[in-house]
Amino acid sequence: MKIWIAYWNILAKDLRSYYLKPPNVSWGVIFPLAWTLMFFIKSESAVDVRGLVPGVMALSVLFGTTSMLAVTITFEKKGRSFERLLLAPIPLELLMLAKTSGAVLFGVANAVVPIGLAAALTDLAGVIWWQVCVAVTLVAVSSAFLGLFVAVSVSEVFEAQSFSNFFRFPMVFLCGLFFPIDKLPWLLRPLSYAMPLTYGTDLLHEAFNGAGRFPAALSVAALLGFCAFLFGLSIRNVRRKWIV
Amino acid sequence: MNPPDDIVVEAQELTKRFPETLAVDAVTFHLRRGEIFGFLGPNGAGKTTTINMLTGLAWPTGGTIRYLGRDVTRRVKRVQHLMGIVPDDSNLYPELSGFDNLCFCGALYGMPRAERRRRATELLSRFGLSEVAARKFATYSRGMKRKLTIAAALMHRPAVLFLDEPTSGIDVASSRQIRTLLAGLREAGTTIFLTTHYIEEAERLCDRIALVVAGRIVRLDTLSNLVSGLRDAQLMQLALSADATTLLARLHTDFPAATFELTDPTTLRVRSVTPMPLAPVIRCLEEHDVAVTEARLVRPSLEDVFVELTGIEAARMRRDPEKGRGPT
Repeated sequence: MKIWIAYWNILAKDLRSYYLKPPNVSWGVIFPLAWTLMFFIKSESAVDVRGLVPGVMALSVLFGTTSMLAVTITFEKKGRSFERLLLAPIPLELLMLAKTSGAVLFGVANAVVPIGLAAALTDLAGVIWWQVCVAVTLVAVSSAFLGLFVAVSVSEVFEAQSFSNFFRFPMVFLCGLFFPIDKLPWLLRPLSYAMPLTYGTDLLHEAFNGAGRFPAALSVAALLGFCAFLFGLSIRNVRRKWIV
Repeated sequence: MNPPDDIVVEAQELTKRFPETLAVDAVTFHLRRGEIFGFLGPNGAGKTTTINMLTGLAWPTGGTIRYLGRDVTRRVKRVQHLMGIVPDDSNLYPELSGFDNLCFCGALYGMPRAERRRRATELLSRFGLSEVAARKFATYSRGMKRKLTIAAALMHRPAVLFLDEPTSGIDVASSRQIRTLLAGLREAGTTIFLTTHYIEEAERLCDRIALVVAGRIVRLDTLSNLVSGLRDAQLMQLALSADATTLLARLHTDFPAATFELTDPTTLRVRSVTPMPLAPVIRCLEEHDVAVTEARLVRPSLEDVFVELTGIEAARMRRDPEKGRGPT
């Protein structure tokens, strides 16, 4: 019970201090709008909104979640307030879950904006909503853990941003959103399969259009695997690097 | 073997080796219930690294740590609820108010909402911070930040309080308030581990003191026992009319039964095991155009013990700059 008081208060503080600040809320709205607009401008024919939504949602969640978490943790580590959390009598795993929960919620909220836009522009009948919820949650969790991994690997805030991009941009271009995986050079295809966003986007495509490349169960399993791997790696790095 | 009931924390041969330095070299000590234990040494002596190992922020590379008789060397996390920690640099949240910072720290230890609000109000009043309770921590003065950091460590009523240089770099009034508060906590039964490079602070506050140099404890005892070794010595302090630095070698040669030390260029300390006549020393100085304007008998202090045992000039300890971060 006591550790859950700590968990909830870490989450509530992060939401108040970081995620609900006006600049971040506006980021959560503007980012999906910008992506959607980009696709409209790029497209020469009528835009297939249902085909577009899964990619915009996945990108919104990925960028929102990784940016925020990598920066907030690096910021707290730099200011040494993170030490206060490490000195609290709560298991390291729970502490890191508390820190990532805010980012996950922020990511999920980011996904709501493209859905709202899509609902205004087209008919969303037939969408498998429970699958959308599962996909968005898993993309948010895996992205948050990627952000955590980045935060634990760097010591400066600016490094967190550039190191995040090292993972994010290849994911954007190789997850099948811009180029179908089948049409990628064969050398790059294994990279696509080694990225959580590939499975997240695919699961969303399946939910919106019934056009997933992989069985939904495989995508869910792959995303869960990425979550476990990234979380385990981050915890290991915290123990190695921050408890010297 | 079970430890005596009053021993709260024990460090046995505690060692920390970094790739290129031996920061803490097999230190052994224990903290008794309700005492203030001082860890006195210059910057870089290994004081912060020792606190980090005892509180779970660093892994020891050797030795054992026991809390209440239980070996927790690799599992300090299990006893973190017993500790309150005041780091060398205030590390509360700049964007939160003083009150919210205290409530958040209470929550980290599982305190229910009503209890942590009550306790935060009580501590803010005790530290004279009630009027600034709603202000953001970032706007606090250095002394106020220090006091709030100590208050945060006391939120959950810890059995052991670790303080790393608690009065370093703050104003005299705040330092005095903190010292009074620490004395009060000791009266209430809290065990306090205090690192400092201020000799006077250790002398005023601590029941037992470990003198630490280059990661090693060179002496550990009560203040009275530390000083008693020098009590039999004769210590005279002479005020001089001119700089006597160039005369030190001559004095040592002419008066081999005594030791001479300049605490500043015109203040000479003469120490001897047995009483010695001062007139020849004064004559020797006067022959070199240095007059003695005042002479007085000095009662040995912790500073004298420290200088005697470590060879480190007390003046260097006072000059020690504010610490940077990292393993010191």
